[in-house]
Amino acid sequence: MFVERKRALMKAAALSALAIAALAGCSKKEEAAPAPAPAASAAAAPKPEPVKVAFVYIWTAGDAGWTFAHDLGRKEVEAEFGDKVKTTIVEKVPEGADAERVIRDLATQGNKIIFATSFGYMEPMLKVAAEFPDVKFEHATGYKTSTNMGIYDSKFYEPAYMAGIVAGKMTKTNTLGFVGSFPIPEVLRNINAFTLGAQSVNPKVKTKVVWVSTWSDPPKEGDAAQSLINGGADVLLQNTDSTAVLQTAEKNGKYAFGWDSDMSAFAAKAHLGSAVANWGGYYKQAVKSVIDGTWKMDRTVWGVKEGMNDFIKPADVVPADIKAKVDEVKAGLKAGTFEVFTGPIVDNTGKERLAKDTKADQEWKDKVDFFVKGVEGKIPAAK
Amino acid sequence: MNEIALLIAATLASGTTLAMAGLGLLLNEKAGVLNLGAEGMMLVGALAGFGAAYASGNDWVAFAAGAAAGAVMAMVFGVLVIWLNTNQYATGLALTLFGGGLSAFVGVNFAGKTLSDRGSVGIPGLADLPFFGPALFRQHPMTYITIALMFALGWFLYRSRSGLVLRGVGESPESAHALGYRVRWIRLGAVMAGGALCGIAGAYLSVVRAPLWVEGVTAGSGWIALALTTFATWRPARVLLGAYLFGGVTMLQFYLQGEGVEIASQLLAMLPYLSTIVVLALISRNPTWIRINMPASLGRPFHPGS
Repeated sequence: MFVERKRALMKAAALSALAIAALAGCSKKEEAAPAPAPAASAAAAPKPEPVKVAFVYIWTAGDAGWTFAHDLGRKEVEAEFGDKVKTTIVEKVPEGADAERVIRDLATQGNKIIFATSFGYMEPMLKVAAEFPDVKFEHATGYKTSTNMGIYDSKFYEPAYMAGIVAGKMTKTNTLGFVGSFPIPEVLRNINAFTLGAQSVNPKVKTKVVWVSTWSDPPKEGDAAQSLINGGADVLLQNTDSTAVLQTAEKNGKYAFGWDSDMSAFAAKAHLGSAVANWGGYYKQAVKSVIDGTWKMDRTVWGVKEGMNDFIKPADVVPADIKAKVDEVKAGLKAGTFEVFTGPIVDNTGKERLAKDTKADQEWKDKVDFFVKGVEGKIPAAK
Repeated sequence: MNEIALLIAATLASGTTLAMAGLGLLLNEKAGVLNLGAEGMMLVGALAGFGAAYASGNDWVAFAAGAAAGAVMAMVFGVLVIWLNTNQYATGLALTLFGGGLSAFVGVNFAGKTLSDRGSVGIPGLADLPFFGPALFRQHPMTYITIALMFALGWFLYRSRSGLVLRGVGESPESAHALGYRVRWIRLGAVMAGGALCGIAGAYLSVVRAPLWVEGVTAGSGWIALALTTFATWRPARVLLGAYLFGGVTMLQFYLQGEGVEIASQLLAMLPYLSTIVVLALISRNPTWIRINMPASLGRPFHPGS
């Protein structure tokens, strides 16, 4: 009797599992740009097929951080091009073999341009790009290209520098804290820029760095921030995705910044400003080039000048002269006359890395593997 | 000196999640059920707790919601594993994946939302002791509750009749069944109680520790809690110490980094699992030790009447 009941239960379970699997499909979301009613489109003159654009996200748009900023850019594309485009997103795609499958999937579905928004998608995208010569591929924050794969990146070190200016003034202990994800050149640039900015108004500051070995793990980021505060830091910056560091600073009565997107709403007293990236401008340009048929493979690195990066919402507690200095730097970046990494730059072992009055070129910036003077500690072996 | 005190305080706070979940899993394993679904139950509890705290502003409602969510998931696990006798390991893993997906799906509306800091409670008098005050006596109430729970569980398991029956079920369900105890219901009770504790641990994480909701906010704590119960050789006091040890490793790593001492963070992240393997290897060398420490029927299905 027990065996018969078990069999019946098994059958019911199997059937319902099949039903659920059929309903769920895979983890894709389709975002159709506002389209005219089906009847109207059938009767009207044949409209050009909407260009299909796809985005691959490392996390969800709800992270209020990195992916959120990319998604804002995508929404700008939709707003600009209306029914000329159809965007698709696939979120929470792990880097590696899964990414290859997802990107290949998107290419076979007729997407004409695919944006991959994380460093680890580089190799998978390269592989798929070779198989689909008619599809355009764009990889964010990477360094490999091919005939139909371009790369784009933002200059986060520019708003990091501006945050440093604010931090240098607001710190009372002359110790700044940085919660770092991984010791890759991008993050090291940001740490260095933060410190250089602070030293430009307060030569005595030093920066302590703690590595969490992840882009997003809120409790761990909070713990790291707490340990920096325990060690004497009173202004924090982070390279990780969540608001945890900012909130920990608020809890302890210290200061911090928003990163990737505007985080002013998350900490009324601790927030000194947010270092953001606006990806919309680049996305619109890239999509337009695909619509017009003028897409070219390129390596695009944009910063404040092109509207890709900004330092926004400086807090009211920041004194006016510091706000003026930040604006001055911003104007210089916009005009192209100011370069964050201008010599002399000495690393924290005393070795000179950039000669006096020299402006660093892209190659120098790509190879940053040191801490500037004032940053404490050694860099752990990178991933 | 003050920094060390703060380090200890942070370790206690960070270890409470693991301790609570570890005690819950201890209850499961003492009854003979290996619950690999801990991570899923913690995530579901974390979401339920966060949602309740967000909606009501009351932490205790949040913990109750977390407990309820954990208990419901544990009930599903229990029915599958105890009555349908599905493989405990596979079912547990399936439930972890399910819990992760369910919490992510339902939690979409909460993504990016945050709660205000919960603060800590100083025990009057003790909180002002030099060094020991800030180190030990200024914690969120849940930390003190977890320590009390450890004592309660120790008393229940080793000093009460019901605890003896539970342990009996875990050692030899056939004998307990022969004596007339309703083995499956006892196991279900243990599984649900353990699931509730995992749910509370998850809620504590998302309401007090984070305090925000993102998918996967537990970031593997459930797995560490599982390793923890084995590392602690299934004894409540050792579970608590192990939890503080494992939780402390992360805080220690940050402290050392801040001081400029270099230890590869990957090595420290491996430490909980490495130490568990060492303990398992040690106690497995001697059959007597295994018999003394590990519940004999752990992971094995029970068929009454077989």
